[in-house]
Amino acid sequence: MDRFVFLTIDGLSRGAVYAAFALALVLIWRAARVVNFAQGAMAVAAAYVAYTVSAATGSYWLGFAVALVAGLLLGALVDRVVMRHVDHTSHLNPVIVALGLVLLIQAVLGMVYGNEFRPAEAPFSRSALTVGGVAVLSPYDLFVFATIGVVVSGLAWMFARTPVGLRMRAAAFAPEVSRLLGVNVGGMLTLGWALASGVGALAAMLVIPTELGLHPHAMDLVFVSAFTAAVVGGLDSPPGAVVGGLVVGLLLSYVSGYAGSDLTPLAVLVLLLAVLLVRPGGLFAPVTARRV
Amino acid sequence: MSADSTADLLVVRGLVAGYGAAPVLQAIDLTVPAGTIAAVVGANGAGKTTLLRALSGMIRPAAGQVLLAGEDLRGTPVEQLVRRGMAHVPEGRGVISELTVDENLRLGGLWRRDRADAGRALDEVYELFEPLARRRRHLGHQLSGGERQMLALGRALVGRPRLLLLDEPSLGLAPRVVARTMALLRQLRDRTGLTVLLVEQNVRSALAVADQGVVMSLGRVVIAAPAEKLRDDVDLRHAYLGF
Amino acid sequence: MSATRAALPPKQQLVDTGRPVDRRRGSTLLRHLAVVLVVGLLLVGVSYAVEPFRNFQLATVAAYLCATAGLTVLTGLNGQLSLGHGALMATGAYTVALCQNAFADRGMTGGWLLPLSLGAAIVSTVAVGAVVGVAAARLRGPYLAGVTLAVAIVVPALAVTFDGVFNGEQGLSVPVEPPPMALGPYFPYERWQLWLTGAATLLALLLLANLIRSRYGRTFRAVRDDEVAARLAGIHVARTQVLAFVVSAATAGLGGALLAVLAQSVSPGAFSLTLSLFLLMAVVIGGLGRLTGALWGAVLLVALPDLTHSATEMLTLSPAVAQRLEGNLPLAIFGLTLIVVMIAAPGGIQGLLSRLGRRLRARRS
Repeated sequence: MDRFVFLTIDGLSRGAVYAAFALALVLIWRAARVVNFAQGAMAVAAAYVAYTVSAATGSYWLGFAVALVAGLLLGALVDRVVMRHVDHTSHLNPVIVALGLVLLIQAVLGMVYGNEFRPAEAPFSRSALTVGGVAVLSPYDLFVFATIGVVVSGLAWMFARTPVGLRMRAAAFAPEVSRLLGVNVGGMLTLGWALASGVGALAAMLVIPTELGLHPHAMDLVFVSAFTAAVVGGLDSPPGAVVGGLVVGLLLSYVSGYAGSDLTPLAVLVLLLAVLLVRPGGLFAPVTARRV
Repeated sequence: MSADSTADLLVVRGLVAGYGAAPVLQAIDLTVPAGTIAAVVGANGAGKTTLLRALSGMIRPAAGQVLLAGEDLRGTPVEQLVRRGMAHVPEGRGVISELTVDENLRLGGLWRRDRADAGRALDEVYELFEPLARRRRHLGHQLSGGERQMLALGRALVGRPRLLLLDEPSLGLAPRVVARTMALLRQLRDRTGLTVLLVEQNVRSALAVADQGVVMSLGRVVIAAPAEKLRDDVDLRHAYLGF
Repeated sequence: MSATRAALPPKQQLVDTGRPVDRRRGSTLLRHLAVVLVVGLLLVGVSYAVEPFRNFQLATVAAYLCATAGLTVLTGLNGQLSLGHGALMATGAYTVALCQNAFADRGMTGGWLLPLSLGAAIVSTVAVGAVVGVAAARLRGPYLAGVTLAVAIVVPALAVTFDGVFNGEQGLSVPVEPPPMALGPYFPYERWQLWLTGAATLLALLLLANLIRSRYGRTFRAVRDDEVAARLAGIHVARTQVLAFVVSAATAGLGGALLAVLAQSVSPGAFSLTLSLFLLMAVVIGGLGRLTGALWGAVLLVALPDLTHSATEMLTLSPAVAQRLEGNLPLAIFGLTLIVVMIAAPGGIQGLLSRLGRRLRARRS
């Protein structure tokens, strides 16, 4: 029972990160109808920037802040310099370009920092506090929950309540009509990419200290897990992405706790296939999958 | 028509536009005086919708000039046109079905610097279209055809435009609703001095409210005349409108 | 038949060499056979003319060509994006390794063992490909890419999970017999490798080329261009997609198996996600949907790392920097090229070449 409690908390903590990363995927999917396969690589790049700043200044928090800014800028840059110029008539094209970005970013990181794991520090202790003899959650878990809670509710508030959120939604749903109503659709798209990339960078900063460390490929498996989370929730649904992230985090935690951590990649694949074959629109989709 | 050119809100000269190689519009000339309603009529494929799309910059004209109150609109991005005072209600009305009625309406005034007046304009639209006020929180796709029409019109009016471009407002609506819409246009013209360029298949109801009738065929303006003349002159009607 | 043809898009002359279809004469099979024979003879000639290392490189090109040709049929002709072909290659490679080891353990020898192992590799990859393909046929666009991405990341990890069979990160060695004595005692091993992989690849290409020009090839393209129209024309869309995936998987498996035979070892590191991305990049840069494009891609896969290696050697760099550059520079170039090609020249190298050729012909006439 203790172990179950521990694994549940651990899974929720991991799931919160997947939720944020999946949310970033959903943001771009809704705005541009592109699944950003380069998001993992972009987030790792931001994390490397944070690593450099933290190493130079000795301040974790300065690095953390710089990572978020770097994430925002990288997202805007990718949209303006690359994605804006891709022919979107075939859905293959943006995916292929995103994969080109993956190769490019990971290779550049490898050239600059080398292809070895670098230790990434956590700002708070990762050893769990015990409540009544049961190891429950660590200060770091609390930090993860708080940060992601703030970001997710902040995004939700922005989209639902602010004029810029309204513009972004309108631009995503009906770009042509939105332009006629004076919305700068291109700008909203860039803003969407920037926000998504910033959230991705945040997720990378939170998840990397809990894994092997900083590496150009550090987010590969996280990306697959987050993609699965986004699919579980239905690619179009931000709340779905959050729930999906928690589901995937819990599943992975239980699998690695009860069956061995080697099996977690396989578990992700099985879950992804199962969801796509049984409910391709995600668990919360009101409509069934696209029929051709 | 007024001879005074400053009273002409919209002047189109030699407009050529289309999709790809062959132009759809071939040297369109058109003048709409301020505070009048012009109805562009013609068969399917005459280029009526293309004309509106070229006016609002959704397609780039290959040649010609579009002047709004004397200002050349060439090179003005689509999203800037509302700021120049032009509102375009596109074909199919363009209600964003994933947004609520209120959000759709507010979107129409988001670009305005004068937030207080934008708020007043919103209230006026709710007064003008009573049914919309009752359905503020409903999503666009939950509305009936007539309500969508009101929403699209209202959303354009929130921006307090000088020129309103309307693409097929009668499409798919009951005759009663069409009549109400047309009467409303006339009322707006009289009360606020709104200028309207309206594209219609429904020739009778369009000419009934319009000051000027413009008949298009195969990408050209074949005749532009006072609406009552087109409406009442049997020979003209036979020649250009086929009834 | 006629219904199928009616559903065809006007794009069909883009396939292959870009020449209009009506210029072709005689049986497609005979023509392809003739091409294969000529290329085969050329290859034998070349194998005597160049040094052993070049022979080995050419053999590697041939092995990659198997995989890229299969991928270009799947992605270019059938419109299904697979990021999992590296994993399919791994399936073929590990099957060959397991078979060859089993034969060696039992002391079996003979020239027919290797073809048998290669056949087994194809069969096992077809089985895996069928499973993925059935799933893939129900998926579209980004979903398919996501699933195959997961396959590409997860399958190599399985080698570690089940290290009792696959020996973890270490991988397995692949015992391969020396060239037959009939070729003489001093026959270079690399030349033999080129003959082996060249023959296998040419056979695979012959089958693929005929498939492309057959009724099946046309249904592939019809499904890619418009699934609804294809269905209305009486094409079973899902079956066509699974077939394309299985064919593509078979060639990828063969390519992986040949790579394993060449390297005489397999390890999960050789079949990472990067390999899958490499393959995709190769077919895109070469020109999607064209077998000649697959050839350009395969050549690039071998030549580019080699070129960057020589380039970094020319610069005097500290060993640490040189080591970082060596692994990553080709990747960076690949990635950048992929992006630039997708934005500037979606037809790839072969598209540019055929455009150039058409312009030259037009000028001459």
